[in-house]
Amino acid sequence: MTKKEEKGAYYTEGLSVPETPEPGEVPKPWSKPQVIGTWRPRVDAYERVSGSAIYPSDLNLPHMLYGSILRCPYPHARIRKVNMSRAERLPGVRAVINANTPEADLYWSYSKEVRTKLFDPQCRYEGETIAAVAAETPYQAWDAVRVIHVEYDVLPFVADERKALQPGAPQIHDGGNLVGPKETYSRGNVEVGFVQADVVLEERYRTECELHTPLELHGCVAHWEGDLLIIHESTQGVYGVQSKVAQVLGLPLSKVRVIGHYLGGGFGSKLQPGKYTVIAALLAKKAARPVKLFLTREETYLCAGNRPPANMRLKAGVKKDGTLTALDFSVTGTGGAYPAGGTDLVDWLIRDLYTCPNVRTEKTDVYINAGPARPFRAPGHPQGSWALEQMLDALAEAIEMDPIELRLKNVPSYSQARQGNPPYTATGLKECLEQGAHVFRWNERRKQIKDAEQKGPLRRGVGVASCLWNGGGGGPPSTVTVTLFSDGTVNLNMGASDIGTGTKTVMAMVAAEELGVRMNMIRIEHADTGTTQYATPSGGSKTVPTEAPAVRSAAIHVKQQLLQMAADDLQTDSSCLRLGKGEVFCEKEASKRIRVSDISGLKRQGVVIGVGYRGPNPAGKVINPFAAQFCEVEVNIKTGEVKILEFLGANESGRVMNHLTYNNQVYGGIAMGIGFAMTEVRILDANRTGKMVNKNWHDYKLPTALDMPRHMESLPIDIPDPEANITGAKGLGEPVTIPTAAAIANAVYHATGIRVRETVLNPTRLSILFSEHSKEK
Amino acid sequence: MDSTNMARITLRINGKTHDLLVEPRWSLLFVLRERLGLTAAKMGCERGECGACTVLMDNLPRYACMTLAVEAEGADILTLEGLMAGEALSAIQEAFLEHDAFQCGYCTPGQIMAAEGLLRTSPDPTDEEIRESLSGNLCRCGAYTHIFQAVRRAAELRQKT
Repeated sequence: MTKKEEKGAYYTEGLSVPETPEPGEVPKPWSKPQVIGTWRPRVDAYERVSGSAIYPSDLNLPHMLYGSILRCPYPHARIRKVNMSRAERLPGVRAVINANTPEADLYWSYSKEVRTKLFDPQCRYEGETIAAVAAETPYQAWDAVRVIHVEYDVLPFVADERKALQPGAPQIHDGGNLVGPKETYSRGNVEVGFVQADVVLEERYRTECELHTPLELHGCVAHWEGDLLIIHESTQGVYGVQSKVAQVLGLPLSKVRVIGHYLGGGFGSKLQPGKYTVIAALLAKKAARPVKLFLTREETYLCAGNRPPANMRLKAGVKKDGTLTALDFSVTGTGGAYPAGGTDLVDWLIRDLYTCPNVRTEKTDVYINAGPARPFRAPGHPQGSWALEQMLDALAEAIEMDPIELRLKNVPSYSQARQGNPPYTATGLKECLEQGAHVFRWNERRKQIKDAEQKGPLRRGVGVASCLWNGGGGGPPSTVTVTLFSDGTVNLNMGASDIGTGTKTVMAMVAAEELGVRMNMIRIEHADTGTTQYATPSGGSKTVPTEAPAVRSAAIHVKQQLLQMAADDLQTDSSCLRLGKGEVFCEKEASKRIRVSDISGLKRQGVVIGVGYRGPNPAGKVINPFAAQFCEVEVNIKTGEVKILEFLGANESGRVMNHLTYNNQVYGGIAMGIGFAMTEVRILDANRTGKMVNKNWHDYKLPTALDMPRHMESLPIDIPDPEANITGAKGLGEPVTIPTAAAIANAVYHATGIRVRETVLNPTRLSILFSEHSKEK
Repeated sequence: MDSTNMARITLRINGKTHDLLVEPRWSLLFVLRERLGLTAAKMGCERGECGACTVLMDNLPRYACMTLAVEAEGADILTLEGLMAGEALSAIQEAFLEHDAFQCGYCTPGQIMAAEGLLRTSPDPTDEEIRESLSGNLCRCGAYTHIFQAVRRAAELRQKT
């Protein structure tokens, strides 16, 4: 034990602590933070690298059974009869449920209007739930699932959103295949805008359906303690799971405890529970034993969400000086067989990213016989970016302007798409583009490529794309408590999940900053509806800007109480007292000082508890993060292979909280964007069976270690945004992946003169485009 | 449990022997996780696609989901738990911690075991070898850049000791 760690000491690093505001005062931004903004390994890194972190799928409760689900093998079918008698007789089988089980006669809602039975006789997608089994081993559970006999009426299907509205297309719901009326938006007059333009271009674009496929499967361990249901779910938000499960089962919230300390990735697909969560609870009830129910990988491809495909048309007008005059956009997409936001936010970047007085958008969301979508990292944005950012590139070329200059020419200071044109609290779009271009050596690279002699089949090119994210500001509600123990160590209690972004670490840094306590002396309790405070699910790049201000408020609340207690001991007024280096001292009178661990009020109470709430966001302002990405590619024009040589991500997400985890997010977002652009596509056999033919990682390709660029760079544009919240931080998780695909497509165009308007940008597609191009010549 | 269809096997895992009754169809991964409580090796696909279940068998990385428990008899099986010296992290684990070579952490045990396998056969690997050796381990969070840094760092740390 070093001297610093002596027992009874306040665990400081000799840190000075920011000034403690009076109760009710709004804390000032940190002027010289000592912990915030540094490079810190994660507070739970040891657990994660040692294997001692217990993920929900690792849990093994005494007397636990294993659940599995029988799913409909057809994209569209009506169930006539289910016979479970053989399954029930197999060794090890302890519970079997289906639509005829009285306790399972429940409803599952997709929206206010649309709901079905939990086990519905009408199966509208491959993978719909039919029956479920709990058995002593997962092998026995699968044995049982395989012998459940089902008689189906197989129905005609439609598995291509481009054909869903054609006359004669099979109707998925009674009202037809249109999810709702087409959504339109308009400002100015696009016809006038096109007349004003010097150049007008119109193109069609398509992005493919992408699957989340987090490494940990979707599912939970469920068990009952009397009338209390306890669920250990792999989830991004325990409170979201609690409310949905309670609603479906008709239970009071106090009787549903959801715990989710770790999860192996979600990317939006674990913002909500699934039917599988409720089924696990039902099986556990029926068998009167804990049940572990995790989907197989194939099941997750069918029924755990996706990023919908987008069929887009964009017409754009620009003046020779780079002024955008009009953008006219339409998109058709699908959230699958149920309402699931098939076109949500696909038009947002067209509406809001660049200054343009005349904009019109139209969105058509249709049903097809496929699994329902779930939010996927920056819903709608990578799709819209694929169209808009390629169009900007084409416009720049047409008016002989550098693509970065064209973007810089159209950087708005306010949100054009929102009612009343509210200003952004801050926008670093200009800085992302300028500083990113400088560090990437954009001009030099463009010149080098232009001057290089083109020999052999290899061609180099550079590309850029920028973005904003519609969310990223966070907001209420959130409650956090911070407990200071009598030795000065701290317990931080929050309901939020750490989905791998380093939430816990950032929150520990905030508490350390305010209280001057070493980070390893801060214990975090989180993500448990039974024991931790309320939080909304972690997603939408809102966790840091939502939770960090609540943590800061709670820590300040602790300090205020501590100063008051010290004032009593020192017989002085608390207004002259300061906390720092493990002491409370009077600034004016050097003799008046007391070690925190000696404060009698703290000793008497044992602990001091601070409560922090997330306050409201500034009225009439918009808080969004911004980004620009730059890449260089090498394309083999004989084989169509694309090698990404370098990537740079410049992000303005307000204050950088932890530089190390920040960079990791940036690289990870780019990696995911590379997959979206180049390898990932859900393939439905739309003509013959309607079934998904690549529901595994062998046929549905994620980027691997070999697909990563040789050189990755993260350039944080660190502009604390004091208006956004009391930490100055905005969200990062979504903007890091939005512009990647378009930047790659633009670089490929720069290298080859070939526009790839449909994902996936792979050798097959490029080879076809090359051969079409050479025929045209 | 009905033991008539069970096979009696002995597995040597992390230096200790375990006498077990297993169904012949049980994977090594199932036995590690659900019978022995060694849950560092993760289940991601059960089809040999993601590498989250990677363990070393006789110093070579193997997908535990694609290995039957009965096949694993006679091999020296090493899981992430076995890399630890008591509660102390090994060099490769330290390097993953320092370089933040993970996000959600679910693929991490597999990544570490794949890297450990590499460093046992190639103590000073090239960047290309690192990429190749980790290409059978998916990381959906995309922490690859930091993983490469961590493996290089681990190679340094091991050469020092």
